[in-house]
Amino acid sequence: MVRKIERDQNRFRQIVRGKIKADLRKYISHGEMIGKTGGELVSIPLPQISIPEFRYGRNGSGGVGQGPGQIGQPIGRGGDAPPGPGQAGDSPGQHLLEVELTLDELAEILGDGLELPRIQPKGKANIVEEKDRYTGIRQTGPESLRHFKRTYKRALRRQIASREYNPEQPRVIPVREDKLYRSWNPVHFPHSSAVVFYLMDVSGSMTDDQKEIVRIEAFWIDTWLRSQYDGVSTRYIIHDAVAREVDQDTFFRTRESGGTRISSAYTLCNQIIDSEHPPADWNIYVLHFSDGDNWGEDNRQCITLLRDHLLPKVNLFGYAQVESPYGSGEFYHELEEAFEDVPNLALSEIRDRDGIYDSIKAFLGRGR
Amino acid sequence: MAPALNSHDLPPDLRSLQLEIEAHARDLGLDFFDTVFEVLDYDELSEIAALGGFPTRYPHWRFGMEYEQLSKGYRYGLQKIYEMVINNDPCYAYLLRCNQRVDQKLVMAHVYGHNDFFKNNHCFAPTNRKMMDEVANHGNRIRRHMERHGEDTVESFIDSCLSLENLIDIHSPFIRRRDGSTRYDFDADEPDDQPPGPARFRAKDYMDPYINPPEALREQARSREAESARPQPFPERPERDVLLFLLEHAPLKSWQLDVLSIIRSEAYYFAPQAATKIMNEGWASYWHSTILSTRVLEPSELVDYADHHSGTMAPYSGRLNPYKLGIELFRDIEERWNKGQFGPEWEACDDEAARRRWDKQLGLGRQKIFEVRRIHNDVTFIDTFLTPDFCRRHNLFSFRYNSSNDLYEIESREFKKIKERLLFSLTNFGQPIISVQDGNYRNRGELYLHQEYFGVDLKLDDAQDTLRHLHRLWTRPVHLETCVEGRPTLLSFDGSDHTIRPLGGPNHEPEPKDRRRPG
Repeated sequence: MVRKIERDQNRFRQIVRGKIKADLRKYISHGEMIGKTGGELVSIPLPQISIPEFRYGRNGSGGVGQGPGQIGQPIGRGGDAPPGPGQAGDSPGQHLLEVELTLDELAEILGDGLELPRIQPKGKANIVEEKDRYTGIRQTGPESLRHFKRTYKRALRRQIASREYNPEQPRVIPVREDKLYRSWNPVHFPHSSAVVFYLMDVSGSMTDDQKEIVRIEAFWIDTWLRSQYDGVSTRYIIHDAVAREVDQDTFFRTRESGGTRISSAYTLCNQIIDSEHPPADWNIYVLHFSDGDNWGEDNRQCITLLRDHLLPKVNLFGYAQVESPYGSGEFYHELEEAFEDVPNLALSEIRDRDGIYDSIKAFLGRGR
Repeated sequence: MAPALNSHDLPPDLRSLQLEIEAHARDLGLDFFDTVFEVLDYDELSEIAALGGFPTRYPHWRFGMEYEQLSKGYRYGLQKIYEMVINNDPCYAYLLRCNQRVDQKLVMAHVYGHNDFFKNNHCFAPTNRKMMDEVANHGNRIRRHMERHGEDTVESFIDSCLSLENLIDIHSPFIRRRDGSTRYDFDADEPDDQPPGPARFRAKDYMDPYINPPEALREQARSREAESARPQPFPERPERDVLLFLLEHAPLKSWQLDVLSIIRSEAYYFAPQAATKIMNEGWASYWHSTILSTRVLEPSELVDYADHHSGTMAPYSGRLNPYKLGIELFRDIEERWNKGQFGPEWEACDDEAARRRWDKQLGLGRQKIFEVRRIHNDVTFIDTFLTPDFCRRHNLFSFRYNSSNDLYEIESREFKKIKERLLFSLTNFGQPIISVQDGNYRNRGELYLHQEYFGVDLKLDDAQDTLRHLHRLWTRPVHLETCVEGRPTLLSFDGSDHTIRPLGGPNHEPEPKDRRRPG
């Protein structure tokens, strides 16, 4: 039986995917649920649509809370809904549980939420193998796959039920409805390993807010790739006018000042690939985060490097541009112009934290 | 033949548990409707919860959204619905099949608390106690409209109605503000009989010119004429029930009227639950804790019970938990009335030591909380029983939004401020108060709404989109008078353009200031 709610659920999903009722799309927000992994809170994307109504905004608003704290201490960001019992409405009794999630579960949630395709194998030697396994049964199929035992049992059962079966003369003749066939399901065997290069612009124009965005996005991409490959190694490269390789901690904490020369990072990345991660053996991902404020004459060199060296070697090159109050953001357009329709180059602009989900989708939605 | 056993029926062990708990509840003085428990899997429970408790609700995408949230939250182990109870006679309540026995006890006892509250609290008196059937009818009607006029058409009209759903007059079930009118009452516009002449006092003939001087009579007649010549305001008094006003006066087709009236009647049905959230949950929690801890809990269940009870009562990350606030207030009231800590003598006493020792052994606590649950709603409950002592003991604070750094910050721990904030967030369910000021604005059939301003701005983009929905129903230009950063402002939508215009003051401009094309 089709449950009643399924109709509503499908309808909602269609709206979210933009299939119907485009007028509602602008109210979609990425609500979130909070999960916890390894002592760290992570938010899980959960699209929500709120119908507009006359409601209070933030200016002048407030409420009552409970707990310790000094006067003036912040208790929540403005983006959150103002908390309070007035909001609770007629919702049924429920309470939040804090549960540890494994990284695999997180990846599944992410894949679910963003409808990410599984990554397609690259090349031949080192692939995420897909094999067919005969694990299922279905009603139709070629005769060569007929499941003899099951077909026989069904035929027997039918004949007994319809009193056609005669124990003296046990002849069982299957008819079309009795026949069952083996069917197969694809099974994935991750065999290969991948390497992810995170490149980040740490020039003076990148602020802490932007680094936070990079950190969140890197975390999710890591989580997803780890669920798709046997082993994933990560390398971190920071650059301003010169590039250097650093460890993860430094990557997220460094703040340099000075100019930007993006080509320095690409050159370094290319060197590391050549010496340590030959493309024949590795699935290579290069993700570059910047505010797009490059030293003008460097752009041409970057594009040459990308076209001639990096792009032929990598599964995916992703460039995410975080919007910054200082950056000009021209690099994005440079790339957009230079590489139209290159399948393994993904560009995305991240305006704010809400933009992270779209950006992840832009990167990983290609299934490469 | 034995009747087929419905898989949702209560299994025998839970059935006997129900009888036991029901007996205790009755014994303790609770007074409730018959209760029908059903056991459900989590998926089924999520479905019913998403539908607001009514399995037969009309189809709409937002129930699908709720469902997705609830079932995902459960699947990922992030949240869990414990209990679901419907204000109806008989009262329906749902149990989660996979719960432990101690949880089932807790939920059942909790449900009897809610049930008693539904039956006895005055806010619920005007609600329809056969809502199960009514909602099923609503579902059928809307499904029929969908078949005839198309799913998309009807659903998007529902969207528009829902956008205005909060514009009801929550007090109207108790106050008759005016005679109802119907759009089919054609006689109403006919002029009455000849208006009676000017009032004359009775007087002897010779006294008449002095007692009823002719000039005064003429004066009276003139003013009466002027009165009738002046245009009647429409509506006569500002109408808080905007949905009713639209039902009576908006140019809607009959199926649209039907849909709008369904949305309105469900909004009125759910309103009392929102208006008594703190009390209702507090009351139910008070009783599950009383029944379990004094009557039905087995020693082996104690730890699990304590764990789940405290899980429900915990304030989540500094926020106020209505369950917790409610149960503590009820306990506080019970204790105060047991010890006689009320009345002028108590108020006047400012000797801290004496107050602490104060115990007149009155034992009126139980009686008092039963009275409180009958006559109060959240606003009056907080207004009457929140005390400075209570705020201090429970570490309450008020917070506010600071626009300079985009953060909510702790504002104060003063009693007055806390109470003010709390009452504000409860008044009209924390929704802006909006009424129809003029249904024939500028004599062009435009709709003019007015919002009472209490220092909190509306969310502007939402308000404009809501006007757009309102325009769909009213079809003529619509206006909302509100305040933006303290300045009176008129938001208008004429079907294609939004305008924002400051009203009056030095900045008055006759022409719209901000003209933006809709996106």
